[in-house]
Amino acid sequence: MKERLEQLKQEALEKVTQAENIQSLKDVRVEYLGKKGPITEVLKGMGKLSKEERPVIGQLANEVREEVANAIETKQSRLEDEALERQLEEESIDVTLPGRPVQVGGPHLLTSIIEEIEDLFIGMGFEIKEGPEVETDYYNFEALNLPKGHPARDMQDSFYITEELLLRTHTSPVQARTMGKKNGSEPVKMICPGKVYRRDTDDATHSHQFTQIEGLLVDKNVRMTDLKGVLNTFAKQMFGEDRDIRLRPSFFPFTEPSVEMDISCKVCGGEGCSVCKRTGWIEILGAGMVHPNVLEMAGYDPKEYTGFAFGMGPERIAMLKYGVDDIRNFYTNDIRFLEQYHKA
Amino acid sequence: MLVSLNWLQEYIDVSAYKPEELAEIITKTGIEVESVEPVAEDVTGVVVGCVVSCEQHPNADKLSLCQVDVGTETLQIVCGAPNIAEGQKVAVATPGAVLPGNFKIKKTKLRGEVSNGMICSLQELGVDEKDVPAEFSEGIYVFPEDAETGVNAISLLNLDDIIIELGLTPNRSDAMSMAGVAYEVAAAIDGQYQLADEKVTPVEDKTEDHLSVQVEDPEANPYYGAFLIKDVQVGPSPLWMQNRLTASGVRPINNVVDITNYVLLEYGQPLHAFDYNRFESNEIVIRFAKDGEIIKTLDDQERKLSSNHLVITNGEEPHAIAGVMGGAKSEVQEDTSAIILEAAYFAPSVVRESSKDHGLRSESSSRFEKGVDPNRVERAGKRACELLEKYANGKVLSGVASFDQLDRSEKQVTIQTSRINDRLGTEISNEEIQDILRRLQFSYEQEGEEFKVTIPTRRGDVVLFEDMLEEVARIYGYDRLPFTLPEGSSQAGGLSLYQQLKRKTKAYFEGAGLNETITYSLTHESKATMLMSPEIEQEAKAPVGLAMPMSEDHSHLRLSILPEMLESLSYNVARKQHDIAYYELGTVFVSEEEQVTAQPNEVLRAAGALTGTWHTNPWQQEKKDVDFFVVKGVVEGLSEHLNIPFTYEKAKLSHMHPGRTAVVKAGDEIVGFIGQVHPKLQKELGLKETYVFDLNAEKLFTKYSKEEAFQTIPRYPSVSRDIALVVDREEAAGDIVSTISEAGAPLVKNVQVFDVYQGENLPEGKKSLAFNLLYLDPNRTLKDKEVEEAHDNILSAVQENHNAEVR
Repeated sequence: MKERLEQLKQEALEKVTQAENIQSLKDVRVEYLGKKGPITEVLKGMGKLSKEERPVIGQLANEVREEVANAIETKQSRLEDEALERQLEEESIDVTLPGRPVQVGGPHLLTSIIEEIEDLFIGMGFEIKEGPEVETDYYNFEALNLPKGHPARDMQDSFYITEELLLRTHTSPVQARTMGKKNGSEPVKMICPGKVYRRDTDDATHSHQFTQIEGLLVDKNVRMTDLKGVLNTFAKQMFGEDRDIRLRPSFFPFTEPSVEMDISCKVCGGEGCSVCKRTGWIEILGAGMVHPNVLEMAGYDPKEYTGFAFGMGPERIAMLKYGVDDIRNFYTNDIRFLEQYHKA
Repeated sequence: MLVSLNWLQEYIDVSAYKPEELAEIITKTGIEVESVEPVAEDVTGVVVGCVVSCEQHPNADKLSLCQVDVGTETLQIVCGAPNIAEGQKVAVATPGAVLPGNFKIKKTKLRGEVSNGMICSLQELGVDEKDVPAEFSEGIYVFPEDAETGVNAISLLNLDDIIIELGLTPNRSDAMSMAGVAYEVAAAIDGQYQLADEKVTPVEDKTEDHLSVQVEDPEANPYYGAFLIKDVQVGPSPLWMQNRLTASGVRPINNVVDITNYVLLEYGQPLHAFDYNRFESNEIVIRFAKDGEIIKTLDDQERKLSSNHLVITNGEEPHAIAGVMGGAKSEVQEDTSAIILEAAYFAPSVVRESSKDHGLRSESSSRFEKGVDPNRVERAGKRACELLEKYANGKVLSGVASFDQLDRSEKQVTIQTSRINDRLGTEISNEEIQDILRRLQFSYEQEGEEFKVTIPTRRGDVVLFEDMLEEVARIYGYDRLPFTLPEGSSQAGGLSLYQQLKRKTKAYFEGAGLNETITYSLTHESKATMLMSPEIEQEAKAPVGLAMPMSEDHSHLRLSILPEMLESLSYNVARKQHDIAYYELGTVFVSEEEQVTAQPNEVLRAAGALTGTWHTNPWQQEKKDVDFFVVKGVVEGLSEHLNIPFTYEKAKLSHMHPGRTAVVKAGDEIVGFIGQVHPKLQKELGLKETYVFDLNAEKLFTKYSKEEAFQTIPRYPSVSRDIALVVDREEAAGDIVSTISEAGAPLVKNVQVFDVYQGENLPEGKKSLAFNLLYLDPNRTLKDKEVEEAHDNILSAVQENHNAEVR
């Protein structure tokens, strides 16, 4: 019997080795390890054996059984691995084909610039204020020290609706409105971005509609050096730490003294080039100390309260920062223009 | 204002500075220099030559063969100019000379004759076409007879001059004169300048014996002075004066006119010369014109006057529009022998009105409009008399016939050093203030740190303490101010809820694949009311229009963002950009009045327009065009993002597809609409199927509430059931969803349409809808029986309400 078992083992292992697929392996299992298989048969015939032989043969039979089962299992897992490998090989794809596009839109370049400036001033403790685009003559001009008959408010420059209503020509009326709500006693620290309108024929450098950002700080003891400090912080954050600023005298009816702020030219580093018209400086914004008449009209005592204001054009900043060469680009909404600046 | 550096140098020594350096100093202390340009490019080797002889070129009809004495030698030169003649003094580029454009002059042969140089026109020397006197515009330039042969023609023509262009702000009209510029430059570089005294040698005869002046409105004309000059000989003015005029952008005409213009540039005081004989009166009357009165001005235009135009008359008819332009009748001409010279102060507002009404802005009106220096009016007249004596052989009569109620007093402003320092944030000393005032040539009385400053009348812009603050600051130098940060009360900066929602909405649209646009608020009247949302249409009486639009295309304020946005879609499609998805957050202008008197309501809208392909991935054969449900998906997403539930009701709106449009409601309120643009309008704009939405962001933001209680994540399983119904085709799926939700409450948490079918196997006029229902009790596991009951309820409700047949 012993020989018979050894022989069966050899046979079975031989067949396992020969099995080429999972089915034939299954057949081997059924053939040798099944209930009607030869090993079971051997075990069934154990009754005929002597008491002494029985445990020896029984153990041997179990060992053979186990050995064959192990061999089948090992082979099976190998065959399965091979099958999976073949399958995965077949599933292989061309990873260089393009991915499924995810459509993402983006902000208008002017919005990006305005929000960048907003965030910058919010960081310095400024609020954002907004005001109407159709303004009264009073807030657009009179409250800003531009009385009737002042040359700067010529009908030619503004879009009037009635004698008393017009499209605001600057965001400055928001200053007057905001100050007016404070009863002459609270400080104001705000910026106001928005659309403004002027009677200009649209061309590469003029647009009848454009945007502005106005800033205002009114408090006790505000000094001109504070204006310089705030503008310097703004310029360095907006245009780069390596840029310098300078103030030079200018004129606005609602500030006195009035200045214009230049930043050093990025292209030539201040040496002078065609971009900065050989001056080394590029004009960025207008500013000044709030005119006493403006403070007074808003209810503040100009002896007690002082302040500074500044105003800039996001279009100009965009044109300088990104080299946009025609202001009309901002308003034609050509998709090829808009999409260029989504990372801006 | 154009400033000739050669001219300025005669008033104040600026030779220590390069032109660019000087420009930088002027810019930093007060007046922006816009450009620094040489009159002509580098030119060398050009001298004054005398044409000794001039003959016809033997081989060419249009050329002359000239012998030209250039001082050191006589050169044979071939010349093609028609105006060349023997005896002329001309500009000769000798061999070796370099003309603009690096054009080198060499000995050459022209049609067989030797030519040793070139006789030049002003254009060839680099003078701008517009600055060339008319008589020389078609040929060579001819010097006055007294020009010395052999001298450098470049300096004689002032071509080595440099022009500094000043960009003057409205407050600095004092710098609209060479004298003013000289005072300014003196303060800037700490130099010396004083306007020199006028030197007139009048004859005994008195002006007042020949002329009288009468002013009817002293407020409009507080000073009018008339000088009488006889024996005048009209001719060309001296070359140096012509050069200075040309450098300042004024074309020379004749000595009398040039002198008035020269003094205008020098003193900033406009003058006018009348031909005394053609004035035909000894009486000068200044009055407002009669309505309808006519004057023919120097430019040969007949102009109709009205009662707000101040005129200079001879007692009967107008001979000049005050401060704006003289009349043709008494124009100085070649035969003029006596002139009345006017030096006057006209009120700025009066001149501004005349100048505006007649569309005439002249060197003269632009100065009067800003107010001239009252202490320089009469002096300017005298200066002109001095020059007329010298350069026009004039005999100046003594005295002046005048009307005078002019305020010439100087104003005072008091400043304190400490107050200046408080405002500027500086530590300027009393001595530094003294020094600044000295440089400005402002006199003062000092008591401790207090200065009582007397402001010269040339600086009419300095009135308040703050004006003096600026004077001190700019001369002290803004560069020297330190950087500080405000010390006052601090507040937390930040965005308001409304501003946060604007940003949130923008971020949502961009994440959903839309690009932001900014379109014009002003549009064509017909487009202003097009595609209005129903709730806007209800409120708006009429679009707000401009009183004087510049063009019909931008004449009215929009009531919808969509028309201009569709226009930009059309612009892109015309440029082969077919797939566009745009949104804009912007205001529309709603007036409840027929005739606007009050500010309109400015309502924030969130609008969008989509056309072309929404999604494509070609190699996977995927392509989805924009349709109604793409747009609705975008809007539904916003609804979820803002946590405001929307409902949609089919609607018919003008310019919209009648079967593919819905109004959007939040609660009972209409908050906008969505749908397909009417195919007719699509066609007009060259667009394929285009879908739009327009929502009342203003209203949505007020409905937004950030406070949302936390909802526990359900711990118990939900049960999913499907229902398939056959209903009439007109039944709206949304209504059935509502019925299901109501009938299944509170267990039904979600109802989703997952199939819509109509066609084969269904009766005519019917459609099949399939829904997936989600049952859930957050507190326990649902029993089958409960779900069955609820489901049965739902089935009977849809059968009853929608005549639905369960499949």
